[in-house]
Amino acid sequence: MSIRADNLVWKIGSKTIVDDVSLTAKPGETLGLLGPNGSGKTSLLRLLAGLKRPVAGQIMLDGQDIGRIRRRAIAQRVAFIEQHATTNANLKVVDVVKLGRFPHRSMFSGWTNADDAAVNDALDRTEMTSKRNEAWQSLSGGEKQRTHLARALAQVPKELILDEPTNHLDVHHQISLLRLVTDLPVTSIIALHDLNHAAMFCDRLLVMQAGKIVASGTPEDVLTRELLRDVFSVEAHVSPSPYHAKPHIHFMR
Amino acid sequence: MTAETIRSSSSKQPRPISAVVGITLGSLVAIALVVGISVGIGDMPIPLSTTYSAITNKLGWTMVQLNRIHETVIWEYRLSRALVAVFCGAGLALCGAIMQAMLRNPLAEPYVLGISAGASTGAVAVVILGIGAGAVSLSAGAFAGAFAAFLFVALLSNGARGGADRTILAGVATSQLFNAATSYIVTTSGNAQQARDVMFWLLGSFGGVRWPEFALVSIIVGLGLIVCIFYSRVLDAFAFGDEAASSLGIDVGRTRIILFALTAIMTATIVSMVGTIGFVGLVVPHAARFVVGPLHARLLPACAVTGAVFMVLADIASRTLIPQQVLPIGVVTALVGVPFFSIILYKLQRAS
Repeated sequence: MSIRADNLVWKIGSKTIVDDVSLTAKPGETLGLLGPNGSGKTSLLRLLAGLKRPVAGQIMLDGQDIGRIRRRAIAQRVAFIEQHATTNANLKVVDVVKLGRFPHRSMFSGWTNADDAAVNDALDRTEMTSKRNEAWQSLSGGEKQRTHLARALAQVPKELILDEPTNHLDVHHQISLLRLVTDLPVTSIIALHDLNHAAMFCDRLLVMQAGKIVASGTPEDVLTRELLRDVFSVEAHVSPSPYHAKPHIHFMR
Repeated sequence: MTAETIRSSSSKQPRPISAVVGITLGSLVAIALVVGISVGIGDMPIPLSTTYSAITNKLGWTMVQLNRIHETVIWEYRLSRALVAVFCGAGLALCGAIMQAMLRNPLAEPYVLGISAGASTGAVAVVILGIGAGAVSLSAGAFAGAFAAFLFVALLSNGARGGADRTILAGVATSQLFNAATSYIVTTSGNAQQARDVMFWLLGSFGGVRWPEFALVSIIVGLGLIVCIFYSRVLDAFAFGDEAASSLGIDVGRTRIILFALTAIMTATIVSMVGTIGFVGLVVPHAARFVVGPLHARLLPACAVTGAVFMVLADIASRTLIPQQVLPIGVVTALVGVPFFSIILYKLQRAS
């Protein structure tokens, strides 16, 4: 197991946001996290990334309790991409990507060739090499998102956690980002809104509603007409796509 | 910044050691030069060469015959004053840069955590209320007040757990509270002369500083600079907020406590010594960022040097703008600083 969560509970005040959630992600698989707004996807991802401590339950990374691992050691293997991370500092793209090397460097060590290689590779994979010296403020929304992904790749993670990474991207960049992430040899957990993209790119899907996981399994098992009606309140037909054989959802007006 | 340095900073290789040494030496020479000019200016002008010889004489390198009065004025008054200005300027600029990074707010400055308000309450408590019965100096009172305010902010913002916005709000509320206390004490207990003295102190003055003050401020700011530079990569990682920093492996709570306490100690030391000199901590980091960029490994040393030079120049201006009168240094930093800052704002706007 790469990441395993047992009976996670998280609350804000007395309001329960994540309610008894358990999941496992196998090494290298892509896990899609679906659910309507406010169903607790972001909170669950923060718990899995070790950014919040659960009220109850525990998270295991390769069998080790994440609460007992040092922050830096977690960051050496788990990379997290927030939904709206921006800055008013006028950093260059390459400076942002270099932040990904932070957990791998000690306070006193210099910049090494390995750091350089990781940064250049991350820029290459995200097609940001030609923009490496451009200022953050001058980037489009899609370029900012790809820069974040490059930063996360520079962390050389084993687990990649992404919170709605395709928001604000045009369709070309949505597809290419998802293709890039799913082709990586890492375990990825992605919160997504586009159900067809989730069906195309994820190995398994988890569906959240009001803090609980209400369905999990392969896209074929999970994306049914009944579930779409019950959880997302939409009428739709689901049929295997004639092009890629994954379920395709036709929404009804 | 020349085209060459721009290119070298963006290339893959780190800056060669020789360039670092060169920039460091250049900065030290610039500071030494403004200190020399500052020492030379006053009711009794002293040539730069005399100042140089007086220093080398004292160090035992030379035995040049000098005017005894010159030597006394240099050693007893002007040199210590100029050097205190160097460290105060460097310290305030550093604290401003750290606050702006940690709070992710371009308006942040060393006094956002209520330190100046607390210091002034402490100072009036000693001067007007006579707390400590003469055994406590104004500086000690101001330092105690500054730290009391800082602890109050820490309490209000829930220690390290409060976010940046909550910390700023706690600082604003605390400043209001302590300012109200200061005004209350001044209006109910102070006479006109005391009120005037307090006012002058609040606006900042290098008038009373001598070698003991230099020893204290140089140690505190010197150590502060070293600690900050160790934290420069951590400060970079705060660019995208606390959560992003945390996901990069930073213990955000511990870092906030260490860096806020560090700036509180530096700022409280400076304020209790020379009053609340405004504007340096706000503007110098922006000016330095404009030249060397946002990465803290370069920004922090640049702030220290720029702040030092700016403060010495402001001190010179405070003594020379109006003949026979010394202006409060805080008045000068704002008067000189605002036009200068306007230029930067204007240029930034055009660049973006």
